[in-house]
Amino acid sequence: MRLTEHPILDFSERRGRKVTIHFEGQPVEAYEGETIAMALHAAGIRVLSHSAEKHRPRGLFCAIGKCSSCLVKVNGVPNVRSCITLVEEGMKVEMQRGKETLPKGAKPPAWKDAPRYKADVVVIGGGPAGLMAAIHAADAGASVILIDENPMLGGQLVKQTHKFFGKREQFAGVRGVKIAEILGEEVKKRGNIEVFLETSAVGVFHEGEEKLVAAVRKNKELLEFLGKTLVVATGAMEKMIPFENNDLPGIYGAGAIQTLMNTYGVKPGDRVLIVGAGNVGLILAYQLIQAGVEVKAIVEAMPKVGGYFVHAAKVRRLGVPILTRHTILRAEGKDRVERAVIAQLDENWRPVPGTEKVFEVDTIALAVGLRPSIELLHQAGCQVKFVRELSGHVAVRDGRMETTVQGIFVAGDSAGIEEATTAMLEGKIAGIAAALKAGAASPEWLAEIEKAQRDLLEFRSGPFGRHVLEGIKKVLVGVDGYA
Amino acid sequence: MPDVPSYLRRGYITPEELFGMIPKPSEERLRAKPVAVPECPQEIPCAPCREVCPTGAINMPTPNDLPIVDYEKCVGCSLCVQICPGLAFFMVHYVGDKARITMPHELLPVPKRGDEVVLLNRMGEPVGTGRVILVIPREKSMGDTAVVTVEVPIELAWEVRAIRVPGGKRND
Repeated sequence: MRLTEHPILDFSERRGRKVTIHFEGQPVEAYEGETIAMALHAAGIRVLSHSAEKHRPRGLFCAIGKCSSCLVKVNGVPNVRSCITLVEEGMKVEMQRGKETLPKGAKPPAWKDAPRYKADVVVIGGGPAGLMAAIHAADAGASVILIDENPMLGGQLVKQTHKFFGKREQFAGVRGVKIAEILGEEVKKRGNIEVFLETSAVGVFHEGEEKLVAAVRKNKELLEFLGKTLVVATGAMEKMIPFENNDLPGIYGAGAIQTLMNTYGVKPGDRVLIVGAGNVGLILAYQLIQAGVEVKAIVEAMPKVGGYFVHAAKVRRLGVPILTRHTILRAEGKDRVERAVIAQLDENWRPVPGTEKVFEVDTIALAVGLRPSIELLHQAGCQVKFVRELSGHVAVRDGRMETTVQGIFVAGDSAGIEEATTAMLEGKIAGIAAALKAGAASPEWLAEIEKAQRDLLEFRSGPFGRHVLEGIKKVLVGVDGYA
Repeated sequence: MPDVPSYLRRGYITPEELFGMIPKPSEERLRAKPVAVPECPQEIPCAPCREVCPTGAINMPTPNDLPIVDYEKCVGCSLCVQICPGLAFFMVHYVGDKARITMPHELLPVPKRGDEVVLLNRMGEPVGTGRVILVIPREKSMGDTAVVTVEVPIELAWEVRAIRVPGGKRND
């Protein structure tokens, strides 16, 4: 189940020292640097918990810490997200069964003040938007704290093996994994950026004129970050669609499959059905083939491919059928996916009786869209609005990505679902604007903001971007002549 | 949605559809030397092909425009095939009763010069066999993508767009 050969990635260099963890009492081989969920998958273990009510088996779904599908008990402590918690030698992992309680005799930690870290700009999220925000805020003269709940920087870039679109100065023609490396190096080079990994931001508060971020490191330690300004670049989470047995282990968000095979070199399954022919579904199909996995078909409810045609063409010519106007009816299987049943849709989006087809698959990938992660922005009091074109609720903001709460900026998918390229440009704008607002940057940096705004407009000037621009108009306040 | 182009319904484009949108290189030009033909029918924000082209043969006023190749300026260097993030550029060259198709190849195994490979059309159907006559490995490619040139029967020049390389180790 571990990949040894790959046309793009070399896992031999990435895997750390071998360690042994225990799952339900049985030893499982793992590598340092990988998460619990990845090690369990590599060993063929897919069922990680059972639901409280009907004891239905559940497994990994998002793989980036955004859902609660993969909770396990670690060394007696329940509700640990196995997808973002790293393995440690001798760790005891148990399946979670419904609502678990803390071990008897567990004592709350003794009261003490949380350690407090200060900077001009605090950035939440180390994906393309957050990395660019941190780098540019730092270059503009600000001290920066960058926090991310995952064990590595890069956000979703770390699993993007395809080359990016756009212009070459925006990394076009470079693979996402490489961009993650480049941006990670840039962050490391800068003495005025302090990085906190495995650190989940859980709340944003106001302390005088400053922003206080409460965060938990490694599920244990409470930390406080105080910034004059704050950039929220928390990304997005995978959408789910209703169908029978959609909670069976083996049904993953598309991103989770990318995390398994591209970040950790673990084969997600042998035969896959993909639901959704947007860019994510199409790119995923190609990456699965690269990992030696058979893609049975891509089903898409729309009458056309929603992603870029070129992505569709490259999987079609490798023999993957794309069934537009089709949807998944149900998954079948006992403890894991064994089959998927699909059907054609009529003009009213209803399944056409008699058109059912059965695919013998062990994995179903849902690539049915993302929604912005706005919880922290919402909690901080930023005005939020539902905008269909941006795929969900997003924060109202101005042309410099500042929300309706002064000093809180937003960038990337948490500002509306788009591309990593636009996320990077928005991150650049938000980072510089946050540094300016914090009083750490000189006004010449305004020119850089304007350049990034022009680049964004150019990127969004085609048919795909125009749709997004319509959405942005609905959430943009306080600026003239942007859209 | 009656105005959905059929290539977006199916996920592949036919030569007829393609050459309804861009000009087809002349027979004479196809015989002279390899010529780059983009299969990129959609306005997407992307311009590395134009940026990498050493002779300025790719016309694209904004990144959202379709790449239109000036076949007379194209020298057949294959840099666009190597860099295209959409893997949508191909080169075609007529030689005798054969056509040489240059295409991106991002799968394992990477074939070697002289290998016989299965030729696939735009739907992934095998349409014959052909011989690999040139491989630019990923490490030497401008765009981090290996490029393979295969020799195919000339009547398949506008059909073959991928290859399957027999053998090679697979992941278990």
